[in-house]
Amino acid sequence: MYNGGKILLGIFVFLALATYPFYNNIGKANARPEPSTDTPAIQKLAQKKCIEPEAFMKSEHMQLLNQWRDAAVRDGNRIYVAGDGQRYDISLQNTCMKCHSNKKEFCDSCHNYAGVSPYCWDCHLAPKEGK
Amino acid sequence: MSIDRRDFLKMIGASAVFALGGMGVVDGIVKDNVEAEQFRPEPGALLAKQWAMVIDMRKFKTEGDYKRIISACNNIHNIPDFSDSKHEVKWIWTDTFEHAFPEQEQGYAPESLKEMPIPLLCNHCENPPCVRVCPTKATFKRKDGLVMQDMHRCIGCRFCMAACPYGSRSFNWTDPRPHIKKENPDYPTRMRGVVEKCTFCVERLAEGKMPACVEASNGAMMFGDLSDPNSEIRKVLESNYTIRRKSELGTGPNIYYIIGGADNAREGAKRE
Repeated sequence: MYNGGKILLGIFVFLALATYPFYNNIGKANARPEPSTDTPAIQKLAQKKCIEPEAFMKSEHMQLLNQWRDAAVRDGNRIYVAGDGQRYDISLQNTCMKCHSNKKEFCDSCHNYAGVSPYCWDCHLAPKEGK
Repeated sequence: MSIDRRDFLKMIGASAVFALGGMGVVDGIVKDNVEAEQFRPEPGALLAKQWAMVIDMRKFKTEGDYKRIISACNNIHNIPDFSDSKHEVKWIWTDTFEHAFPEQEQGYAPESLKEMPIPLLCNHCENPPCVRVCPTKATFKRKDGLVMQDMHRCIGCRFCMAACPYGSRSFNWTDPRPHIKKENPDYPTRMRGVVEKCTFCVERLAEGKMPACVEASNGAMMFGDLSDPNSEIRKVLESNYTIRRKSELGTGPNIYYIIGGADNAREGAKRE
């Protein structure tokens, strides 16, 4: 084999770099995100529940928000009738974020963990968080 | 088993009737499920077939009358204030009579009339050219006549700006947020790379309120349903001579202006 040493060295360096992320993270299990629902508005609620069941909100809130957007902007329907018959104003800033006023501990905790960056906040104003 | 032609036709007929009946039942079931009214309009919302506005220039006496309506809009809708006029974002603004109504061409009109500032905003046209050119259907005409823009879909191609004969649309060349004097936390801002314009305060109509400029105008601006013969706006249009901007283009603008007579022109001169 011509230049065998260099080739082997090259292969070794390549493998070392390519597998770096794996052995670097061995044993370091990333903590599961725990979105916090501890806000003054939620504490005040008699019954601590979101507009739909928690499991649904966890897995489907993006679809729900898309439906809300289309209903409010395109059809002019600004009232959402939840599964339990309760009615809510369709508004990210004025309904969702009035309770979930802790965007950093709520929205961002999962979004950062999952590596997603939804563009909501390019336009919609996040609530002011005292920090 | 043999079957003659007559029996065959009977069978076909019977099964067709049965199938149609079955479809009706299925239709009913599907409708019940799918058309559950999950979304509905606000109960107190103001409704119309075609919203329109009348601006009575006789009631604009001082500079403050203009400033009041413009800042009412700017404050509510988080409109940025760019010092560079090339970046200007405007929903309602003023220009001189001569520029606003170039087709009027009264060469010997008093200077004071030519220079009179006219409040300008989106005309919410009946036949909006901006909607026709939008490649993503981001801008569209609602059932109540508003020309709306879905910021989520705008790709910033600016075709609508080229199409609008009134200059009603502004583009966000840079992030507008740092240029908003005081943010209204109840209304979104815009982002870099989208076009924006007046919405006739669609969010306020949904709550049963008049547009912000109309509310701030002390009766100088009137707003109502053009298709309702008993609306205030129709009464005003029937009893006054009004003009519209560039209606000869066939866009069907829905902002009507009462300019007023010579008295108004003279007062216009004092306004400067």
